[in-house]
Parts: sequence; C-alpha cells; structure tokens
Amino acid sequence: MSDVINGKGVLSHADAAEVFISDEPRTDWHDETLWFVRSKRDKASLQVPEWEELRSLASAIKDHSLSNLDNYLKEFEEKATANGIRIHWAADAGEHNQIILDILKKHGFSKMVKSKSMLTEECHLNPFLEKNGIEVVDTDLGERIVQFRQETPSHIVLPAIHLKKQDVSDTFHEHLGTEKGNNDPQYLTEAARGHLREKFISSPLALTGVNFAIAETGGFVVCTNEGNADMGVHAASVHIACMGVEKIIPRAKDLAVFLRLLARSATGQPITTYSSHFHKPRRGQEMHVVIVDNGRSRQLGRADFRNSLKCIRCAACFNTCPVYRRSGGHSYHTAVAGPIGAILNPNLDMKANADLPFASTLCGSCSNVCPVKIDIHEQLWKWRQVLAEEGHVAPSKKVAMKGLAFIFSSPALFRFAGRVGRKMMRAFPGLMNNKKMNPWYKQREMPEAPAQSFRDWFKENKT
Amino acid sequence: MSSREKILSTITANKPALVAAPELVLSVVADRENMVARYVKALEVIAGKAVVVKNLDSAIEDLNATRAAGHYVVNTVSALGPLSDEVTTDTHADTLEPVYKAFLSAEFGVVENGAVWMTESQMQNRLVPFICQHLVICIHATDLVANMHEAYDRISDMEGYGLFLAGPSKTADIEQSLVIGAHGARSLVVYVVEG
Repeated sequence: MSDVINGKGVLSHADAAEVFISDEPRTDWHDETLWFVRSKRDKASLQVPEWEELRSLASAIKDHSLSNLDNYLKEFEEKATANGIRIHWAADAGEHNQIILDILKKHGFSKMVKSKSMLTEECHLNPFLEKNGIEVVDTDLGERIVQFRQETPSHIVLPAIHLKKQDVSDTFHEHLGTEKGNNDPQYLTEAARGHLREKFISSPLALTGVNFAIAETGGFVVCTNEGNADMGVHAASVHIACMGVEKIIPRAKDLAVFLRLLARSATGQPITTYSSHFHKPRRGQEMHVVIVDNGRSRQLGRADFRNSLKCIRCAACFNTCPVYRRSGGHSYHTAVAGPIGAILNPNLDMKANADLPFASTLCGSCSNVCPVKIDIHEQLWKWRQVLAEEGHVAPSKKVAMKGLAFIFSSPALFRFAGRVGRKMMRAFPGLMNNKKMNPWYKQREMPEAPAQSFRDWFKENKT
Repeated sequence: MSSREKILSTITANKPALVAAPELVLSVVADRENMVARYVKALEVIAGKAVVVKNLDSAIEDLNATRAAGHYVVNTVSALGPLSDEVTTDTHADTLEPVYKAFLSAEFGVVENGAVWMTESQMQNRLVPFICQHLVICIHATDLVANMHEAYDRISDMEGYGLFLAGPSKTADIEQSLVIGAHGARSLVVYVVEG
C-alpha cells in the first residue's frame, strides 16, 4: 500500500514501481540505458559553448510567449488561415477527438496514420477513434510496437524503452510474421519499414503533433528522426496537426534557439534528422490545425505551476531522474510520465494523479538539465503541499508528518525520542527490521543503533 | 460562448503580466574557421556522407550509373542532366514509391549540425526526399552557415514547405540500437562543390 490516495482505480506509482523493480536485471538495464542517453545529452551540450545562454534565451522566449499567449494565438490563427490552413479550437480532450472524427467522417475515411503526438495520447484519441470504426496506425517505430502490444508509450521520446529486443521480436512475429527468435534490430526495423510503407501510401489522412507553432508566420514545425511524420503527411490528401496552446513561439528566428536545444537535450543529436516547416497545404491537399486547451489555460493561472507550460517535450528530465529510471514510465499511469509529467498531471486530475509529485527524491537533477529552465523539483515540492491541503494525501502520511513536526519542534522531546528510539533498536531489532511494520526497511539494512546521540558526544568531547 | 472564445478569455484572465521578448544575442562569436571540413565531420557524426568536389562530375557519374542499372532516378538538379519533369507537386505516393535514388539541391548547409535547408520548389514534390531509398544532395561550399541562428537569418522564403534535413532516416526504438533507414532514405550523400 502506498501513502497516497489514487482515485483512478489503477496502481499508484509506488505500487506499480514495486512490480517493475521485481525484475532486477531488467530494471538495471532500464536504469543504465536511460543514463547512457543522459550522458549523450551531456556530451552534446558541452560541445556548445553558449549552451547556458541558449537555455536562458529559450526560457525567456517561453516566458514572453506565455505572457502574451492570447494575442499570439490570435496572430497564429490569422496568419495560418491566410496560408490556407483551417484552424479548430478544442476546449478539452472530448472536443479534440470529435473534431478529428468529424473531419474523417466528412471525407468518408475509415483509416488514418499518425506520427507521435503526446497530446493525442493525453486525449485518448486512439481508443475513441477505434470505437468509432476508424483504423489508426501509429507510425513511429516505438509507438507501432507498443500499439501492437496494446500498451501505451512509456517515454515521450523513446516510447518502447521498457521493452527488450526479444519482446519486439515476439510482437513482430505475431503481427508481421517475422522469423521467430530473430532479435536483430536491423531485421526487425526492416520488417516495420515494409509494413508501414504500405500504410503511408494507402492512408488518405495523416495526423501529426506540433513541436513549435510560429505566430509571426502562421506555420508550424514537426521534428522526427524516422521521417514518419513526413511520409504520412505528404502521401495523404488531408493533414491534421494537433497542438496544445502552449506550443506557440513568436518569431521564426526563435526556432534557432529551440532546434539547437531540443535534440541535444533529448538524445544528444545535434538536431533531429527532419525538422519540417509547414506553412501551406500542398496543391490539392487539406491542412487542419487543432488548437487544444485541455486544462492548460487553468495551469497558466497557477502562478507556482504556470512555467511547466514552457516544456518542449525533450524528456531530458526523464532520462536523468533516478526515480523514473528505476520505476519505468508505465508506473506514472499518465500519457506524459517522468518529472515533467508529475507536475503537469495533477492539473489535469488532482485526485487521480496525487501520487505523482511524491515519485521524486527532490534531488533537482531534472531542473538542472531542463533546456527551458523549468523549476521542476520545486514544483514537485509545491504540488505536495497543494495536494495535502486539498485532502489528497492518505491520513497515515498526514499523521506521521504532523507527529514528526511536533517532535522536531521541541528540542527536549526530540532528545527524549532519540533515546527511546536507540533503546528500541537495540532491544527489539526484529521490530525495526520487520518489512511490514517498517516499509523503509524494504531493500535496506537498518544501521546499528549508536550508543549516544551526536549532541551527547559533542558535549563530552568539546574542548 | 464558442470554445475559441472560452479558451482565449481564460488565457487573457490567467496570463501573467507581460514579460518582454529577449534579444537573440549570444556572447559567443560563431566559429567560422574550416567551415567545409567541419561540415563534412558534422555530417559524418549523424551517419551521412559529405564529399567535397571541384565539380559535379562524380554526381553525374553516380546518376548515370544508377539509371543504367535499371533503377528509377529522380533528378531535380539541372546541372546533373535532364530534370524529372514527370514529378510534380501532386504526383501520388504510388508513383513515387519505386524511386531508388533522388538527386536534389539544397539552399545551404549548417556546419554545427550537418543539416541542409531545402524548400518545396527544390524537391518538386514534398515526398521525394523521404520516399526515395537513397538521397543525394548538392550544395555549394560557399553556401555554408555556422549555426542555426545564421540559418534562419538567411532563409528569405519558407514557401509552403521547408525542411532541415540532417542525415539519413534513423531510429533507435529497439533497445537503443541505432538502425539507419527507418522510413525515409537509407543513405545520404551531400556533394559540397568548391569553386
């Protein structure tokens, strides 16, 4: 049992993490692999002498954009419309999903391809469309793998990072008829390439996310390494791009700052293979942009949490987080996992996601690597207070915290409690080492109880 | 109230006080030494190959040899020979799927990351640089910029579609093993023409 109430009927982060770490070799692999990605980010950032200046600029551009967001959205709408793009506004996930279904229905389409969009994951678009008889094919390799397995992405940049190549081999054997037991990534990728080429060419509609939307020009940028967004979009007669309101940046030249930071922070690449700038539909094509709020305007009003909206979804905070690396993305039970997810998701549903801000050691590594300088660890700490005030923290945790606060606020009581504690540890070690009564002891050894407190020792030894 | 008005009015009510946009000024001066050699190195790091040449003879040779081997070639560079006029803005993906090698020109290259910038008019069809099995791009050695700031300063018209392309298509989605040729081109050669 974890200490935090989770209202969604799914395992809380702590409980799901316990399941994840029960496979120790796999946990170690997950931990080391993500740390390797983090190291690549370090190497890439160190090759840019102006790295810290770029971070400050990116942060300042985003602060500015958020402070003028309404006007920039209007400017984007006006310019994009003049470019021949059709703009839609969705207040919430349901409206977003309906807009997309309506476009499909208007054309009589029953299938579509989709490149990576965490927003559509957040809105649960795929199950909605499938329920309405639409075949949705995710085309990012990692996303296609998890889609076959009826799972969700466990990482926003590396969707299948929780899987080993033999898992992928088994999945492709079942769905694509690849050779059983052939775990070669080259062979498996080739199989997916052939399978997805056919989908790209035959799909009348392609949906993409948006990395950056430019107010000044009414265009938007989509970044991929595989080329799946472009393969889908340029082959389709209808392109729908979905974006959260916070994706807006003022000027095209601001892109230089973000494109220099994004891939280096994400995977250590100097830039993604493809950075596609869409301004007009190609001749005969229809292009739609769906601008989605889904709680973002509410988050903008929370002074302590608004700058979480600066996020450019690089996942550097995932890769560096000691808790994410050892608990896996699915433990966060939300579309965006990791430290940034832990400060975004309580805004979407405070009760259901009350466990997430506690899935952290508050070490601050997330804030240190964030390319737009979001104070992630401070917001994690602030969310804990909000959640406790709103009654989303289990009474047991509250009582324990209050008790400790009472003891720590009285020096005499603290000394007395220390003496009792040391005696108890010596007299009844079994009590302290009991995993049921003392969850802290799980996977840890309790230290030997010292003979005296530091205070007593200091009094005796000071000269 | 429409969703548009609802969203915009909530944002207006909730946004913080206006913060000024920063000046995009860096204290570090961009390195302009050995631009060509550094571009070659940058492209190599991202699994592409840059070939520095005095003229386009080797590209022409490559094009002719590929055609002679019976492969479907798309050429949009007039200096390399007849253009593939059959490829237009709205040529369907079905027709382009068999393209084995495409020869395109780009406006300029970016030394810091190995990317090239190209627009729709240079591709003839937006799908060409993606759907071909192999991609060849020609740029002039004088058309290299140091970094992305210089790149955006240089772009005068993004057209309906513009692209920074950096190396061949790649993925590491299976156990972080790098595989070249995910969905797009399996290889990229950039001819950097000096003189």
